[in-house]
Amino acid sequence: MQASSQIPHDVNYLDYKGKYKGLLSWILSTDHKRIALLYMFSMMTLFMVGVCLGLAMKLELIAPGKTIMGPQDYNAVFTVHGVIMIFMIVIPGLPAVFGNFLLPIMIGAKDVAFPKLNLFSWYVYIAGAVLVISSVLFGDGTPDTGWTFYAPYSFKTGTNMLPAIFGAFVLGFSSILTGLNFIVTIHRLRAPGMTWRKLPLFPWTLYGTAWIQLLATPVVGITLLLVSLERLFGIGVFDPALGGDPVLYQHLFWIYSHPAVYIMILPAMGAISEIIPTFSQKHVFGYNAIVVSTLAIAFVGYFVWGHHMFTAGMSGTAQYTFSILTFLVAIPSAIKVFNWISTMYKGSISLETPFYWAVSFIFVFMIGGLSGLVLGALATDVYVHDTAFVVAHFHFIVFGGVGFSFFAAIHYWFPKMFGRMYDKTWANVGWIFFFIGFLALYTPMFYLGLQGMPRRYYDYLEQFHSANILSTLGSWVMTFGLVITVINLFRSAKIGEIAPANPWNGKTLEWTVPSPPPVENFDVIPVYEEQDGPYEY
Amino acid sequence: MSQAIHHDEHYDAEGSKIGMWLFIFTELLLFGGLFIIYSVYRYMNPDAFHLAAEELNRTVGSINTIILLISSMTIAMSTSALQKGQKGTTILLLEITFMLGLIFLVNKYFEWGVKFDHGIFPGSQHMLDTLSQGEILFFGLYFAMTGLHAIHIIVGMIVIGFALAGVSKGKVHADRSALLENAGLYWHLVDLIWIFLFPLFYLIH
Repeated sequence: MQASSQIPHDVNYLDYKGKYKGLLSWILSTDHKRIALLYMFSMMTLFMVGVCLGLAMKLELIAPGKTIMGPQDYNAVFTVHGVIMIFMIVIPGLPAVFGNFLLPIMIGAKDVAFPKLNLFSWYVYIAGAVLVISSVLFGDGTPDTGWTFYAPYSFKTGTNMLPAIFGAFVLGFSSILTGLNFIVTIHRLRAPGMTWRKLPLFPWTLYGTAWIQLLATPVVGITLLLVSLERLFGIGVFDPALGGDPVLYQHLFWIYSHPAVYIMILPAMGAISEIIPTFSQKHVFGYNAIVVSTLAIAFVGYFVWGHHMFTAGMSGTAQYTFSILTFLVAIPSAIKVFNWISTMYKGSISLETPFYWAVSFIFVFMIGGLSGLVLGALATDVYVHDTAFVVAHFHFIVFGGVGFSFFAAIHYWFPKMFGRMYDKTWANVGWIFFFIGFLALYTPMFYLGLQGMPRRYYDYLEQFHSANILSTLGSWVMTFGLVITVINLFRSAKIGEIAPANPWNGKTLEWTVPSPPPVENFDVIPVYEEQDGPYEY
Repeated sequence: MSQAIHHDEHYDAEGSKIGMWLFIFTELLLFGGLFIIYSVYRYMNPDAFHLAAEELNRTVGSINTIILLISSMTIAMSTSALQKGQKGTTILLLEITFMLGLIFLVNKYFEWGVKFDHGIFPGSQHMLDTLSQGEILFFGLYFAMTGLHAIHIIVGMIVIGFALAGVSKGKVHADRSALLENAGLYWHLVDLIWIFLFPLFYLIH
């Protein structure tokens, strides 16, 4: 890093001429804000690929029988859709983009603790993404296991699994490094006087997330490495023919992949916890409760993996233990919802686009959460296991949770990131199409699942036809809303009207610096006094 | 004052060490997964694991254990030497550590080579024909876990290489020793993991 005295403070990070010019000034920059945008643009590109694959699946399901692709292609499409969406978008999404951009500013630091490591994490992320994509383009066929890479099929199938599995491993490595960086940043670089109880809520959730990234990811790392070794050399660990146990694979896989759900949802909740107070112009209700519930979710999230395996053959004791523990996660999640609603109560609410996204987040998140109880309860889970109901549930939670909060966050912090306002009318139009399309796309799947339509099937019986048509139409409406939103944001980043430093009257530190922020964020490091709080209205 | 230094140079020794410790946690969890798998399969196939362990060469394993313990000592000594400002001694001790890592790998190469000659490697026909499932699992885990450990030795040697370059260029010195200390921490981790692998595979009856 250069000495800060050499960096002029009146130049913002987008215009700053460093050592390099053009593209190099981005891909060699250690500025956390530029790295955040690198993540954002790479994720947007991958997200578009994932969306197209999702649209292809819905199109296939518009009518019974083969519509546009056969069973093998369908398997390949849902596998790549899942791998891209889970490992490349929703797991890293909010921490890598908004965490990178805002964490240092919100805690009053000039950068993250390890700026070079931060850039390296992005390279690792790109390497992982390239590996996964290469499995599609080269070799003996696109992976067809689903994103979970279940053994023994993942090492028996003739398709090109190795780069996909290893790519997921590499993406996990990037996730670990980002988490590590954030933990050290929060511990070491908070502004003087910013005690833990004055830390804004988004950094708090990033802190909880970072610990999950750190403590859960290595387990999936070793599991994926072992599957790779199984495939390459046949070491026998997961191969029943050699004495291994495929159910052990499922345990190890979900020991990571269930906490990964909280890697996705915690920062989403954090972003919502920033947005609701700002647009209610009110002190956040129950700051301590939100913090404690964040840590409780992070903690309990480790002990619930078994609910993915109720039908895989576990002892009765294990089954109901996991069932009870799964129910426990609902408590801190509900606490957060109550806090958000209470923050809005008697607030001076301004109906801006981020607020619409945030409120619709709460709506879809609650539907997702309540359907989660159906799956967490043993008896009902056995009934709807591996049906479209499950698909509906995790899309409400994962896509509804992360997607809605991502768009809430981007509309909230867009003026800060790019120094310009977006067109509010088009932003609202994009949101309403997205919201309606989303509900039309996933709600019928609850019905389909209860009626008995299995997931991952490219074909179905005539009786499921009408709900599937609605679902497919929904996917088009939602994509239309998505396209409007993205075009609006891209156009506004170029030609929108100039944004003030604090367009929403926010109270956290990022609104005290100019929009867009200067290269090293703060001229003078802010100091918190005894009476200051994180949100003072 | 301390804050001015902190922000101008972006050097935070305490922060770097916290970062390294966190990374070490992740490495322990990585091997932790393997230890769980090992214990599950050992519990399921106690006799086969015992039989298969007889095949391993305890002498080579013991020599490698001693090599790693000595190397942990030399890297710890190099940190003390750096703090006393003895640059030459630091470099020498780091070079010795690096060489010990290399000798460990050479031993491992011969050890594995002998096994390969006997037809013992994952997926070999010899193993499928003559060994029980438990023994196949034992050797599968043996090659996976010691192989992964050997990769960590190589990574550790690369890290030591960076520390060595830093010390000789004068970038790492008594007031700025975080890189060397982190290299030391990592090397101790690699040593520690071997201390667990060695009895699990070579010694337990």
